[in-house]
This record gives sequence, C-alpha cells and structure tokens, in this order.
Amino acid sequence: MLVIKDLHATIEGKEILKGVNLTVKPGEVHAIMGPNGSGKSTLSAVLTGNPAYTVTGGEVEFYGKNLLELSPEDRAHEGIFLSFQYPVEIPGVLMSNFMRTAINEKRKYYGEEPMSATDFLKLMREKRAVVDLDNKLASRAVNEGFSGGEKKRNEIFQMAMLEPRLSILDETDSGLDIDALRTVANGVNRLKSKDNATIVITHYQRLLDYIKPDQVHVLYKGRIVMTGGPELALELEEKGYDWIKEQVDNNQL
Amino acid sequence: MNNSLKQYIELHDEQLAAIERLAPAPLNELRKKARQALDGAVLPRKGSDDYEATDLNTVLAPDYGVNVNHVDLSRESTTKFRCEVPNLSTCLYYVFNDTFRPSETAGKSGDNASVESFQATKHPEVLAKHYGTVANLDNSCTALNTMLAQDGVLIYIPKGSHTTRPIQIINVFDANAQLMAVRRVLIVLEDDAQAKILVCDHTKGDKQYLSLETVEIIVGRNAKLDYYHMEESGMETSRLSQLWVRQHEGSNVLIDGITLTNGYTRNDYHIDVDGEHCDTQLLGMAIASGEQHIDNHTLINHNAPRCQSNEMFKYVLNDDSVGAFAGKILVKPNCPKIDAYQGNRNIVASPTARMYTKPQLEIYTDDVKCSHGSTVGQLDQEALFYMQTRGISLPVAQKLLMQAFMSDVIDGVRLDTLRDRLRHLVEMRLSGDTLICESCELKK
Repeated sequence: MLVIKDLHATIEGKEILKGVNLTVKPGEVHAIMGPNGSGKSTLSAVLTGNPAYTVTGGEVEFYGKNLLELSPEDRAHEGIFLSFQYPVEIPGVLMSNFMRTAINEKRKYYGEEPMSATDFLKLMREKRAVVDLDNKLASRAVNEGFSGGEKKRNEIFQMAMLEPRLSILDETDSGLDIDALRTVANGVNRLKSKDNATIVITHYQRLLDYIKPDQVHVLYKGRIVMTGGPELALELEEKGYDWIKEQVDNNQL
Repeated sequence: MNNSLKQYIELHDEQLAAIERLAPAPLNELRKKARQALDGAVLPRKGSDDYEATDLNTVLAPDYGVNVNHVDLSRESTTKFRCEVPNLSTCLYYVFNDTFRPSETAGKSGDNASVESFQATKHPEVLAKHYGTVANLDNSCTALNTMLAQDGVLIYIPKGSHTTRPIQIINVFDANAQLMAVRRVLIVLEDDAQAKILVCDHTKGDKQYLSLETVEIIVGRNAKLDYYHMEESGMETSRLSQLWVRQHEGSNVLIDGITLTNGYTRNDYHIDVDGEHCDTQLLGMAIASGEQHIDNHTLINHNAPRCQSNEMFKYVLNDDSVGAFAGKILVKPNCPKIDAYQGNRNIVASPTARMYTKPQLEIYTDDVKCSHGSTVGQLDQEALFYMQTRGISLPVAQKLLMQAFMSDVIDGVRLDTLRDRLRHLVEMRLSGDTLICESCELKK
C-alpha cells in the first residue's frame, strides 16, 4: 500500500530525512525506532503533509497515488491517519462538531451524503467504547483540559471513527501509565485488520509487547539503517543504540 | 477640511422653522445648545486621539439628504418585512429610514412597557425629564444628532415592570436617493424595572446611507437591562452611533454590539456607573471582510465604589478590512472595591487587513482590581494542520477556528434563542454565504 523511495526532507533548510526507503503492505505492523533526533517524527510529519517540512527528493506512493501531491486533508481521505505525539488543544471546537465535520468531509470526498445525526451519535458511542472514553466526550472541546492519557485515547478514538487504511502512531506510548498504555494498545489491536496497516514510532520496546510488529526498523541520521523482526526491538532494549551508531558512523551499514 | 460639518450647520440654520415644526419641545430646547456646541467646532482629525482609524470628515462629506419634512420615503410596509429570531417572540417595531412604525405584534406584551415615537408618546413628561440628560454635546456626532433630531423612539419601562417579551426594533434603510437618517433613542428603566431589547440594522438596495444615531439609556435602581445591537447593513452604509448609559445603584446592564456586515462604522459606548453595587457587561463582536471598517470606542466611568464591570470585544478581520478598538476604564477618586476587566482579542486573517487597538486604564483609587488584555494574532497553524490530518479542508478548519474564537462572546448573550440564532448567523457569515439572515430578509 505504501512505498517510500529515497525520501529526503528538510525543515528550515536543515536536512532531516536523507534517503528513507520503506514498503508497507496491508495487514502489517511496522515499528520504527531510533535515537532522539533521528527523524522519526519528521517522517510522520512528511507523510501527513505538514507544511513546515519540505520534501527535497524521493517519492511516496500510496495505493498507486503520489501521496506528496495531495493536500493533508486528501491524504486523510485516502486513508492516512496520524496519532499525534502531542495532540493539539482546540478551545471552543467541540469534539462532536469536530468529528462530524471530519466524517462528512470524507463522505463528500467520496460523493456521499452527510451522515445523519442519529447515525453519527451511534457511531460515536460505539467507537468511544473502544478506548473507554465517557459520554461527556462529545461536548468537550478538542483535547482541551484532557489529561495526557485522555489525549492519547482521544487520538485512537478518532482513528476508530475515521477507519484509516494506514495509521501512524507517533510515540503514542509517551506519557502513558501502564493501564492507559494497555487501553490504547488494546484499542489499536481491535482496529487491526488484514486490510489496514500500522506504523508504530516509539522509543521503547514496551509498547511492542502489546502491539506486535512484523518488522522493526532503526532510523538513524535520516535513514533506515537496520531492519529486523520483533527480536530486534528486544536487542535494542538490552543494548541501546550505540552499537548501531558506531557501525553507521564507521560506514559499516 | 471641516466643510463636512458646515453643510449640516447651514442646513439647520436655513431649515430651522421646518425642523422645529415637527419636533417635540424638549428636542427644540436642546437643539439650541447643540447648535452652540457646534459653532466653530472642528471635527476630530483622523489620527488624533480617540480617532486613530476613523475619519469623520470623510463619513460626513457626502451631501446626504436629510428628510426634514419627514416624508415617508420607504416603499416597504411592515407587513412585507419580517425579522424574527425563530422561537423568539418579540414585540416588534420598525424605524424605516427615520420613521417609526409599530408592527402588528407591537404592544401585545401585556405589560406596562411602552415603545412609542417621541412625537406621539403618551409619556411626554418622561421625554422632558430625561431627554439629553445622559448624552454629552461635547461629542460632535451627538451634537450633530441633537441639532437635527426631530423624532425618536422612547422605550419606557415604569417602576417595577418587567417586559415579558423582548422588545425588538428593526432599523431599515430604504430610499430612492442617498440619505442620512437622524436616529434617536431614549430608553428609561425606572427602579426595579427589567427589559431585554434587541435592535437590528438593515439596509435595502445599494444607495449610500448614513445612520447618525444617538441612544440614551437610564437604568434605575436595581433595574436590569439587556441591550443587543446587531448590524447587518450594506457596503454603502455608514453608521456613526453613540450609546450613552447611566446606571443607578444596584443595576445590572448588558450591552452587546455585534457587527456582521456593514460599510463604515464607528460606535461609541459611554457608560457612567453612578451607583454602588452595579454590574456592567459590555460585549462586542465584529466580523469583517472586503473593505468593511469597524471602530468601537468604549469608556466605562466608575463613579461609585463597589461595582464590577467586564468588557470583551473580539474581531475577525479578512481581506482589506479595518478594525479598531479603543477602550478606557476610568475609576474616579474614592471608588474602592471596583473589579473591572477589559479584553480585546483579534484575529487578523489576511496580510492586508489592519487592526488598531488601544486599551487604557485610568485609576484614581487604591484598593481596586482592574486589568486588561489585548491580543492581535493569526489562526493557530498547529490546530489547522491537526484538523486537516482528520480530513477537514483548510477553509472549513479556518471557519471552525474563527467560530470557536467568537464562542465566548456568543455565549455572553442572555437570550437563549438569540444566542442560537447568532451562532448560526456567525457560522453563515464565516462561510462567506451571502448573509441574508433568512428570517430578517426583506421580502421582495
């Protein structure tokens, strides 16, 4: 579904991604790990079309379409979803209005009629149960006054509502206690199917105990320098990144 | 450069007999003082204190006709014009250009409130007692209004009376030629009275109009007033309005000024809080696009101790529009325990739009709590991107953020149905839909 070829990107003139290659197929879970500043969040920002980043080379194909040509909203309609590391608070915009607008914009993109109020409320009720959010959610402003755990659960709730084909979870585990982590991970697992795929960006192996990856990639200095199975994550947990950094810096990878 | 004023003074001097013929005595008495005040008067220049963004000379320059003989110019009749807030049943009155007309629903409130023209009022003693007692002729626009006023609307709520239904006044411009309407309103709430008043400004057609409006409001002891003004006029309509309020002890006043569409507007709000234990809410909202010009100028005088006031004006400016806000809170000597806040928040959504803001506090007493905040900014880029990643297109995301920005001012409306209506109108306005407040539409 997703083919990234030799992707280069900069922010404020500084090159962060220096030739990323990655292929994701339906049903797969990919973990991207790597030390701070290696470009993990930049990769998610570039895939979702964050205007702060400039793509300077390479290509990204999503179901045969040139993803880089699409606006952020059209990427969403095509089925890309990003769970933000730091979900944005939007005072004054209610969750219900926010989600109804998002759903109806997608329906419009596919030439469908807006969803009826009853169907929408039913959908919201069903999906918030996935991540244990209560019925006050609809009338709260987007992320405003949410605890850290609620914000992350709210991300997964939105993912459940929008049913993306490719979900990118950007450090969804950061700032979560064990219980919240389990809730979030269970939510993600319940949404998994053979038709959709997930990219999990994380520092730590512990999230991967819950969300089992098919492949683990190590991103360092803007490139994927190593790819392995779930055992690679365990090895990183034990040994850290220094041995990989050394090999890369000595041009052995 | 002061020719703009001169033409109206000449008009007054030449037509004085005709002007006086129709007007009630209190207006004619004060007219003399207004004429004196304007003798040799100079309109404040653009850029001078209190007129940083607004040029009165330009606004008053066109040779507007003034309907001295009060010929009914409007082709519209009240039966053809509907303006209603759904589910809000109001006692409805019209001012077509400068002519007062009650509607069928007028006076059916079943209470003691009376809404009448100055010329036909059954309470001439109220007019005589209060007319001109709050407005200050040092303000050249108020002096001009007072010099030319021949009629007006008197809203009188006697002691202890509560209106059961809101009073709604719709100002409509509808004439064949460019016209200045001299509009005058006197609102008197006696002690313990309560009223909710909604005033809407509309324009029909594309003629050049100027509304020269002076409103005087007297709020008696422990009386409570909500006064909403909503402008939905046209690009060619100018408005120079001054609202003068005097609050007596224990009174509670909400003034809410909303500008959705207009041409060139300058609103002055001048509130004297004369009694203790008063509550004052002064709210305002402006949404501007094209070349709209909206200038709100406010002054709250705390002349008595132990009162609270809260002021908030919000602007969203698009295209080449200009917004201006100046607000002063003045706490006089020997007025402890004042709790006053003033806020002005603005979103300038286009590189060619301009916002002028000037918050001021002047405090001559210790032991008061006064603060202000003023911001000018753009829409939150992170929030916009967040919404886009959920599939919400950029224009829709911008609209949602602007709507959210206005939500606290909308929530300040104390009439439920008007609040819902306003939310809907703001949404339509921000969508760029032609604003026909569909129920306020002139039926053609």
